[in-house]
Formats: sequence, C-alpha cells, structure tokens
Amino acid sequence: MLIEHLPELPRALQHLAERDAAHADTSAALPRRGFLKLAGLGGLALGLGPLGVADALAQGAASAAGLKPTQQPASFVQIAPDGGVTVTLNRLEFGQGIGTGLAMVLAEELDADWSRVQVRHGNSDPAYADPLYGMHLTGGSTAMKHSYPQYRELGARARAMLVATAAARWKLDAARLRTESGQVIAPDGRRAGYGELAEAAMAQPVPAAVTLKDPKDFRLIGRATGRLDARAKSSGQQDFGIDVKRPGQLTAVVAHPPVFGARLASLDDSAARAVRGVRAVLRVPVAAGGEGVAVVADGYWAARQGRDALKAAWATEAVEKVDSTRQRAQYRALLDQPGPRAFDADLAPLATAPHRIEAEFHFPYLAHAPMEPLNCTVQLGEAQAEIWTGTQFPGGDARAAAQVLGLKPEQVRMNVQMAGGGFGRRGVPSSDFVVQACAIARAARAAGLSAPIRTVWSREDDIKGGQYRPMHVHRARIGFDAQGRVLAWDHALVGQSIVSGTFFEGMVKNGIDPTAMEGMREPYPFPMRLTVHHPKVNVPVLWWRSVGSTHTAFVMETLVDEIARTTKQDPVAYRLALFGDQHPRHRDALKLAVERSGYGRRALPAGRAWGVAVHESFSTVVAWVVEASVQDGRAVLHKATAGVHCNLAVNPRSIEAQIQGAGVMGLSMCLPGAAITLKDGVVEQSNFGDFVVPRLTDTPEFAVHIVPSAEPPTGIGEPGLPPLAPAFANAVAQLVGRPVRELPFALA
Amino acid sequence: MTRLNINGRERTLDVDPSTPVLWALRDALGLTGTKFGCGAALCGACTVHVDGQATRSCVTPVAAVEGRRITTIEQVTDGSDPVGRAVREAWVKHDVAQCGYCQSGQIMSATAFLKSRPRGKPPTAAEIDAAMAGNICRCGTYARIRAAVADAARSLA
Repeated sequence: MLIEHLPELPRALQHLAERDAAHADTSAALPRRGFLKLAGLGGLALGLGPLGVADALAQGAASAAGLKPTQQPASFVQIAPDGGVTVTLNRLEFGQGIGTGLAMVLAEELDADWSRVQVRHGNSDPAYADPLYGMHLTGGSTAMKHSYPQYRELGARARAMLVATAAARWKLDAARLRTESGQVIAPDGRRAGYGELAEAAMAQPVPAAVTLKDPKDFRLIGRATGRLDARAKSSGQQDFGIDVKRPGQLTAVVAHPPVFGARLASLDDSAARAVRGVRAVLRVPVAAGGEGVAVVADGYWAARQGRDALKAAWATEAVEKVDSTRQRAQYRALLDQPGPRAFDADLAPLATAPHRIEAEFHFPYLAHAPMEPLNCTVQLGEAQAEIWTGTQFPGGDARAAAQVLGLKPEQVRMNVQMAGGGFGRRGVPSSDFVVQACAIARAARAAGLSAPIRTVWSREDDIKGGQYRPMHVHRARIGFDAQGRVLAWDHALVGQSIVSGTFFEGMVKNGIDPTAMEGMREPYPFPMRLTVHHPKVNVPVLWWRSVGSTHTAFVMETLVDEIARTTKQDPVAYRLALFGDQHPRHRDALKLAVERSGYGRRALPAGRAWGVAVHESFSTVVAWVVEASVQDGRAVLHKATAGVHCNLAVNPRSIEAQIQGAGVMGLSMCLPGAAITLKDGVVEQSNFGDFVVPRLTDTPEFAVHIVPSAEPPTGIGEPGLPPLAPAFANAVAQLVGRPVRELPFALA
Repeated sequence: MTRLNINGRERTLDVDPSTPVLWALRDALGLTGTKFGCGAALCGACTVHVDGQATRSCVTPVAAVEGRRITTIEQVTDGSDPVGRAVREAWVKHDVAQCGYCQSGQIMSATAFLKSRPRGKPPTAAEIDAAMAGNICRCGTYARIRAAVADAARSLA
C-alpha cells in the first residue's frame, strides 16, 4: 500500500534488497535466540525469532516484503528478567533522535515502563532493512516515516505474546487482561511484570495480526520526551565508533593523494618506519581510483608522526585538475546549451511579459564535516571479518567490505556504532571510508599484522577528502504580469549528478538525476521549462543534509520573493495565494510561523528586516520567518521562527531540536568562508579555520512551532534546512537593496 | 617517561614527549570521553582543564603539562564537583546533545567558565556567548547550550 507513494529511490534499492536476500539463506545455520531474553552486548548476532529471516525465506516469503520486519519482534525487542526493555534500532542514531523516537513508538504499543527502556543499534542483518526500501539505510528523513507503523506493530505483537502468557498462567481469557507500564493486569488486580513473563512469552507464536492503539490512548507518543542518551552524552560516557577499542588494536592514518584519483609516483618511507610505534607502511587504494599510503602504528599520534615523515610524490599529470574559477565559467557556458528537460512549458510569453527577471545563482561545493572524524575499525580473520563503524548504509558497506576482503558477505559482520554526526557523509554508495579501512586491514594482514586496525581520518583528510555537496549554477528567466502571475519560466541548472555511477544509478531518468532538481516544481504552479546539465568532474560528490533542496529551495524561494516585491505584494500573502487550497500543509506551516513571529504586526528595530521562506522536502513542510540585519557588511541573523508540518509529532522535543539544528546548518551555507574550492586540482581548505561553520555567536534566537496533525508522521532530520538560507537572503535583499544570488553571501 | 597528574592520580606514561595530551588520554589511558575533532585547537571538542583552565588537549604536548593538574570530562561530571554536576544536570534537563560528540568539550568549556566567575553574579547572555564561541557543534545545539549554561549558572548562584 505504501510502496506506490514512494519516489524513484526504492526501485534502485529494491534491486539491492534482492541481492541481500540472496545471501541471507546461510543464516539458518546460526543459533536461534529467544526474543525476550536479554542477550549480552553484541549477542544479537542475527536476531532470529519465532519467524526469522530464514523461516520467512523457507516459507517462500518475498525477500523484502513490507511486513516482514514487523513479524519478528525477536529482532527488535528484548525483555530482561528484571523487566528492562531493550529496543533494537534499524537506523543509525547520529544525533537526529531516532533512537528515542522509535523506542517511544515501540514502547507505546508494548505498554512498557518508559523508565526501563533503552536502545541499541542493529547490525547489517536483513531484519534491519527499511521496511519499504528493503535496505538497511538511514537517510532521506525516512526513519520515522517508514518505521512508525513497523515499530508500533512490533510493540503490539510483543505485548500480545506477553498477555497470552499471563492469560495461560492465570487461566483467564486474554481479552480480559490489560497492560500498563510493563505489567499485565487481571480484572481481579493480579499483576505480572513483563520480566517474569518474558521467558515463557518467547515460546508463544507471533500473532499474525494485532490491533493497534487508538491514538487518543497514547501515553508516550506526542509527549515531549528527553533523549535516552542525554545523560551518557552529558558526561563523556557515550562511546562512538572512534572509541572502539579491541584487544591489540592498532591505528592507521592515510596520506591521501593531493589530487583526486592520483597514483603514487614515488615513496620513501624509511623515516616513517623509524618513528617509534610505527608497525607498517602500506600502499593502499583510495577513493576515485587514487592511491594512498597508510601508516599503521600503536596509536594515532605515532601514526600521524609516521605520516608526516613520509616522502611521497603523486603522479598528477594523468588526472583532471579542477580549478573552481574555471569550472564556474564552464558551468555558466553550459547554461546556454540544450540539454535534457525535466519538464517543459511554452516560453513564448517571455518575450512579451510586462515584467522580467533574469537571475543567475552560484552554490559552491560543501563539506559535511561531522564532528566525529570518519573512522572504521576492522578485525580481519582467516575467513571472517568484523567491522565497527558509524554508518548510514551498513548493508551496502558490508557488501563492499566483503568484496575488498575477498570474503563472502555472510562472513562479514558490521556493528553499527553511535556516530558523531554525519549529514549524509556516512551514507556513501562507494563505501569509501569502509573500503579504505578494509584495504588497509587486508594489506596489513598480508604484511603479517593480524591485529584489529582502526583507521582514523584527520580533520584535514575530511575537509580535503571529497564527497561534497556538488557545486551548482542555476539561471532563471522569468516573465510575469503586474499581479505577479508567472507567464513563463525558463530555467537551467548545472551540477554533477550524485547518483550517477553508483548503485543508485537507476534513479537517473532521461539523463537527469532527480536529486539535483527535487524541490524545483512543487508547490508553485508555474509554467516552467527546466533544463538539467550534469557535467563529469573529478571531484567526488554526495548528498548533504536535504540534498537537492540545499540549492533548489534557495533559488525558488528567493525568486518567489523577488516577484512579490517587484509587483508590490506582501511575500506571505503572495505565497498563500499561490498555495490556494492545493497545499494546505504549506499554508498552515507558513501561517503558524507568521503568526508566532509577529510578522507584519510588530515593528522591527531600525536596520532589521523580515525574511520569509517555505519549502517541502522529504514530505515535511517547514516555513521560516526571520529577522536579520547587515552590520559592517556582514549579514546577521537575529531571530528565526519555524512553522513545521510533519504530521503527527511523535516527540515534539526532538522535532524542535532537529529544526534548530537544521536551521544552524542552513545558516552555515550563508556564512562567508562556507565553501570548498579547488585550485590546480587541490582542495584549498583544510580545517575549521578556512572551512567556516557556524559558532554559537552566529546563532539566532530560535522558536519552533509544530502544526497539530494526526496523520502518520513524516521525517524531520532534513526539512528544517532548505528554507532557512532563502528566508535570511530575502531579509538581506531588502536591507542591501539587491537580490542575494550566491551562497555563501557575498555582500561586499 | 612522562609523569602526569590526571584526575587526581599520578600516571607515568611511556610516550613521545610531543604526544598531545588528547592522545595520551585516549590511546594510552583509555579515557575516551575527551574527543578528537580538529587537531588544531579550532573546535574545542578536546577541551580539558589544566590547573582549572580550559585547554585544547589536541595541541598541548604532554611535556608541557608535567606536574600540572589535568582534569577530564570523566572527573568533572562524576558528581564530585558541584559546578560540573550543575552543568551536567543542566545539559540533561535541556536535552542539549544531538549526536553528542562535541558535548564533552562544550561541558568542559562551560564548567571552566562558570568556575572562573565570582559567585552570585550570573553571566550575561553576551558573556555566555563569548565563553562558548570556541566550541563548534555541527548539529547546531547552540540555542540549548545557551539555555543550559544560563540555567547552570542560576542553580549555582
């Protein structure tokens, strides 16, 4: 039922899911493990329950059928004899709060005692595939949207099995029992804790169908709830991937080629090998076909000193050396070339339109720069490997790892670790940082080192290491009348395809990568011709929080504002008229932000201006109303008020946090210095000193308001980002008297 | 051999004298609450206290802090220090963390800041901003950091 609502992405993923399933049959050899008994840490190797993956396959069930993951509560919830409930995540928790959110959803239907609930990450087992995509991934703000029904059903099934156990014990009809806060309660007041029922409950059959709660009976869902990991993360106790410590573990640091794809011309590693603590120096393949040098040592510092002592030279003649200034000119030239059209319109009215805007927009490459540098620990044995890393794609990474290591996929176990941010950087189709760590482990083993090896990227490696939000150039030619009615819109955009050449290639249609143009059309009913160019450039690119909407929202929302201002209309009223009754969620989100911000009713201090933007991405609509000023040639954001429409708000507190955080990341695109540029093939930035990210002193006062709704929840990790920068730019445009068409802002 | 006083304990380490305190803590002593973020004193994730002063451990060689008191997040938030405890509780109450990776450093900066102030004089918003400007949070938890620092200051007044 839900499948038909999905965009292009799932078809590419479905293909992968089928490949995953083909490898799943060997799991039958693994021991079964009861779902309600708390296994030791890492004990849930492949959480086969009463209806496990192997059984499902044996029964001929479709490999990635939507309901499968709801039918194996054993893989998702464990109840210890003392009543402690452990929920297993099918997503990466990397700050977005999904661990708390999905635990709330499952605990709601389970009627668990929330104070006894904890969460942990799943591994690369197929059980943790996205129930709709059929692949284990965290991205596209899909976690809550796709797993809300799944985790409800899992909780309800586990609850039913506990109730059936109590009913059998008390010789009562299960229908007469109720549950509350981790206990089954009989009509006569007898109570049994889930912990004491758990062992017997595991022998119960998993019910084929369960009745879910009426939302009016929710006790947890909808309640502003603190994060389950708040205390660990406020006391230095939370471990991340970089904190993994296996016995005898060594650390590797890699010298990457200065230009993407370059191979070594010469290497003198004698000084590096002489550094105390250095165990090996290894030539290893790195991203984009390049070659690097891994220095393996007892710890990070010895490895770094070893790397600094390398005398390495790369042959850069054979690879394209990108220059951002030249690239900008090349992209601009492409704007005038014919190319594939995403959609079309009659452009004849352009010539006679009473008003015209011609606008060109520039967006640089951007690094994700999550605070935890990329890292991956690999323990390679004779015929198996174990990997620890914070990844958004554990299934794809495990498969890529197996290939590099010369193992079968089932011989690789991926342990998903808490990640210190990611924003897309840990969801890499080429599995770059996992493949690199595996290549090092393999080379080290061949050199006689069998210890587990943790590969750690320095911040410079991260900033210079590629996988950027692509650089883009847009041009719009718009004709409209005195009422602001758009008569024709000729639009071209140029930027590298993110999915081309990856296993998501199937998403490309008619030569157009849909991730480059998402957000260009809805919700505005403009007659637009959109031409898309995807040049091939020797710079690795990747999705960056909110993907295409990082640039399309900016283009559309600043141009809509400009049309409104040109025709002397209030930008809010203009948008509301365009939404009409067709886009009630846009309307409600915008109206809420307008109302709570005081827009139009409250006079601003001298030198400040209002800015507005609204955008839907990943099925959630966010409107920002901001107050900004320009001080000494620098744009300052003072206050930002959000109106959010994400349907049912499962955890309003984490929604607020995500909108605030996405707002800061949206702001990050505007700050001078927020750009990755290349000269002679070399990335010019290297660390937080020259790749600027917002600090506390850049941060406005935030207010986040959520439109009430009972519809099934949509995602929240990304949608707060896209409208922030255009709202800010719309305010700045009024202050400086000209439109802002470049990110980061160039006001001088 | 380098002798360090870490969280009140004398430790003897056989590491190169150039080794930053960060890597001595993390790799040699297993104290992983202190985080590696940039390696260049630009982000504050590695902040520890040296004789009570917030210090970037990623650029501080062990040779430079022999004989001085080094305090890490593990000790500051273990409940024994009233300011550290107040900051920790404010962080939990305001649900500051998202990914949480930078928060050790944020808490170490906030604690050093609040300890440096005369009692009974709550910091202004501008003072809090200035004190915390050296710590980067890529998740953008800044609004809650502001609120938590102010709250911790109030609870200590």
